Amino acid sequence: MTAVIETGGLGKRYRRLWALADCTLSVPAGHVVGLVGPNGAGKTTLLGLATGMLAPTAGTIEVLGGRPGAGPAQLARVGYLAQDAPVYAGLPVAAHLKLGAHLNPGWDAALARARIKRLGLDPGQKAGKLSGGQRAQLALTLAVAKRPELLILDEPVASLDPLARREFLQYLMESVGDQGLSVVLSSHLVADLERVCDYLIVLVGSRVQVAGPVEELLATHHLLSGPRRDPGSLPDGMRVISASHTDVQSTLLVRTSGPVLDPAWMVSEVGLEDLVLAYMSQAAGRGRRSHLEVQR
Amino acid sequence: MIEFHLDGRSGVAPYMQLIHQVRQSLRLGLLREGDQLPKVKDVAAGLAINPNTVLKAYRELEYEGLAAARPGIGTFVTGTLGGGASLAAHGPLRRDLQRWLAKARRAGLDEESIEALFVSTFRSAGEEEIA
Repeated sequence: MTAVIETGGLGKRYRRLWALADCTLSVPAGHVVGLVGPNGAGKTTLLGLATGMLAPTAGTIEVLGGRPGAGPAQLARVGYLAQDAPVYAGLPVAAHLKLGAHLNPGWDAALARARIKRLGLDPGQKAGKLSGGQRAQLALTLAVAKRPELLILDEPVASLDPLARREFLQYLMESVGDQGLSVVLSSHLVADLERVCDYLIVLVGSRVQVAGPVEELLATHHLLSGPRRDPGSLPDGMRVISASHTDVQSTLLVRTSGPVLDPAWMVSEVGLEDLVLAYMSQAAGRGRRSHLEVQR
Repeated sequence: MIEFHLDGRSGVAPYMQLIHQVRQSLRLGLLREGDQLPKVKDVAAGLAINPNTVLKAYRELEYEGLAAARPGIGTFVTGTLGGGASLAAHGPLRRDLQRWLAKARRAGLDEESIEALFVSTFRSAGEEEIA
């Protein structure tokens, strides 16, 4: 299967600051990809590069095998929902559908109408008068009715209350099941993504920390606890992501492809949230260290 | 038709939870051979989970011989669990267990101790069979 997003050494610099650096990814089609990282990690920059709204400073990026935003054909294949689900506040719901029909060659008018009806939205209602959840659903309806192959969503549920969040993700998953689209969505909360994503990219400090199918990530990361010892004495092929020590005990989160054979370790499974947090704090720790070095 | 639910705190992978629920429904007689499992799209929409997760669970059930997909229609139950009889049919065994539970309570065991005793006996019996 072709990659939905393929990047090589991709980077974007704003003046002297690299918002995204040295990003090499190959995301296969047919996944719901979670792009996770703290605020300011570079998530929106990566998504902007994938839609073609931003041009790279370094490296290459291909989306569905083409250059992002290269022409009408490429634009029609990618749907994009910007942060906070922007709609035209002064335009009624029905006008949004009309706009969608005029701007998108593959527009599915029947799907859009049916969806608005199911949501119980009044077509004459101005979008500015809708609740946050309804606005997000309207924006998602437009993005799905465009019938893209890839749907890119930037922090789609961050500003929604829990019920609206659930309803948004329900419709998103229904669309994935219905139309077989690939999805990339960003969030700074892992919990939002845990149920929906089967592929994960962790982005911290403008760099990709880890990327891969969720199942594979969960199978290759383990939490080890046992008598205190130097992480340097671990076997080859075992990489320590995070470590904490007391005077008698060591607790390590490691990545390893093989089984953990040393009987001194108590091995437990790692949840997605712990896994992501370990990578985040590892990256944050590196950031702090380099910061200190600069100060000296 | 059964309805799936997910326990976000259990730490069990969502696709495993779906498999457990189908197996449990088979044991309890809620599902029988020929019954249709919920459509992938409906499960995905209902639980807000990735359709691939549902597909994976159904494929695993197919592999176990418990279900079969009919393209374009859905996935149907093709097998049974518990030696052909559902738990409901195990009346005598259930009565034995109820008698045993009553005895355990009379002996002063609380629920946790009963569970621990059952699980440890179950395990050691399993080990003896292997040995």
